[in-house]
Amino acid sequence: MAAPFLQIDGVAMRYGGVEGTLALSGTSLDVAEGEFVAVVGPSGCGKSTLMRLVTGLWPPTEGTVIVDGREVAGPLSIAGMAFQNPTLLPWRSILDNVMLPLEVVQPHRRELRAKRGSYERHARALLRLVGLEGFEAKFPWQLSGGMQQRASLCRALVHDPRLLMLDEPFGALDVFTREDLWDVLQDVWLAKKPTVVLVTHDLKEAVYLSDRVLIMSARPGRIIAERRVPYPRPRRLDLTYEAGFQAIVHELRDRISDARRAVEASDAP
Amino acid sequence: MRPSAARSAEALAEAARRRRRLENALPWLVIAGMFLVWEAAVRLFGIEPFILPAPSVIAESMVRWWQPLLSNAWATLLTTVIGFLLAVVFGLLLGVAIGSSVLVYRGLYPLLIAFNSVPKVAVVPILVIWFGAGFWPAVLTAFLISFFPIVVNVATGIATVEPELRDVLRALGASQRDIIAKVGLPRSMPYFFASLKVAITVAFVGSIISETVAANEGIGHLMLVASSRFDVPLVFAGLIVTGVMGVAMYWVAVTIEERTTGWATRGQNDPRLATGG
Repeated sequence: MAAPFLQIDGVAMRYGGVEGTLALSGTSLDVAEGEFVAVVGPSGCGKSTLMRLVTGLWPPTEGTVIVDGREVAGPLSIAGMAFQNPTLLPWRSILDNVMLPLEVVQPHRRELRAKRGSYERHARALLRLVGLEGFEAKFPWQLSGGMQQRASLCRALVHDPRLLMLDEPFGALDVFTREDLWDVLQDVWLAKKPTVVLVTHDLKEAVYLSDRVLIMSARPGRIIAERRVPYPRPRRLDLTYEAGFQAIVHELRDRISDARRAVEASDAP
Repeated sequence: MRPSAARSAEALAEAARRRRRLENALPWLVIAGMFLVWEAAVRLFGIEPFILPAPSVIAESMVRWWQPLLSNAWATLLTTVIGFLLAVVFGLLLGVAIGSSVLVYRGLYPLLIAFNSVPKVAVVPILVIWFGAGFWPAVLTAFLISFFPIVVNVATGIATVEPELRDVLRALGASQRDIIAKVGLPRSMPYFFASLKVAITVAFVGSIISETVAANEGIGHLMLVASSRFDVPLVFAGLIVTGVMGVAMYWVAVTIEERTTGWATRGQNDPRLATGG
């Protein structure tokens, strides 16, 4: 097997100096190129910290993060990010919001003026892929939460990132919208095949979308277990009602409960 | 059922139109009503003109003294607008600096607040010593009194950029300057325009304070001269002219605001922008 695309090795992260909170400790994980990995865990386990370490926003206190054979030492522009909050800019149309990364990241930034037409076609194609055709000229506040999240996904993808980091992107949506967006994300992944790390606390979501589910312990977080998901793609929502699928969800649920109990036991005097 | 439904829809639209007409007419009705009550009260209780002149007497005085009123109003408008524009430029720059750097914020904010707490009327004599009575003390007082709200609002808009959005842009390699230009500044524009509405009205306060202390022209100076001659109707005429100028400049600020940052009101006032469902 080739060297993993994303390699996290013995990473620890402590906030606020030596006495600060230890958010991650001894975290190691490998993700192959084009793989879809979900990270689940109890809240406050440092999942979001992991995101920021991988994208180079913060340097780890200990250990190394390697992406595409190079140690991450600063902002990582081959990554795209989306969060629970779509954070679209209200004064920009949907199309202009999606184009925002192209105004920032090189080499697109240099070429944007000359190749505006082709970049715009690219952004429109993405919007079509997530089902937002016809909404390009609308403003974010004219769209529902689910549609805003679709646009946010397009913004994360517009510079063709090889690594897609998603931090609970569907956490604030209702169940039906969320399930729609699972399929949108699946289609996007099948079409573009980026490496995806999806942070979530929805076990069903994790199993439905990923090749592999990683379970994190409570703070200080580290990976305590992993589970491969065998189902071929494209997967359909009916799958989530099958016994085998639900058995995997249950198994993960039990492991997380164990992790939480272990923490409560160690917290007790 | 159909025809009656159509009728009631028409009735609703008609009611909405009537309401909008009322909303547009209301300010004028209130002002007219205030002057009517004022006039009636002065006549009813026989109040002397040198205590409280009736609106009709003030109007008479306005007609009689229209030339000095106009030239002095012009002088006040000029000093106010120049001071205000200085405050806009300076306030924007300082607001951006304070909003984007914690160091600048920590270093400058206490001083700014101390400075803003000093009554500006106490600063005018110093300005007069430095620049001589007249034009510059009025401009600078208008500037000093109106830049603070601009600074605070611009800084707030820039400092409250969502951390996730900052992360997205920083991960893409955006510099602090990129983030301010693409997100911080546009984001602070609604705050900025809100502060302009406050700033332009207090700028008038600043220039008129300065004119009443030390000047040879301006509405403040005119009112001072008028009151020393016990020409109370003319003093009131000056007050009304000032009020009219304030409203006019406020209206200019609101118009610019609506043209540039309509997105901030989320189209609530404009049914054409609503998507419905």
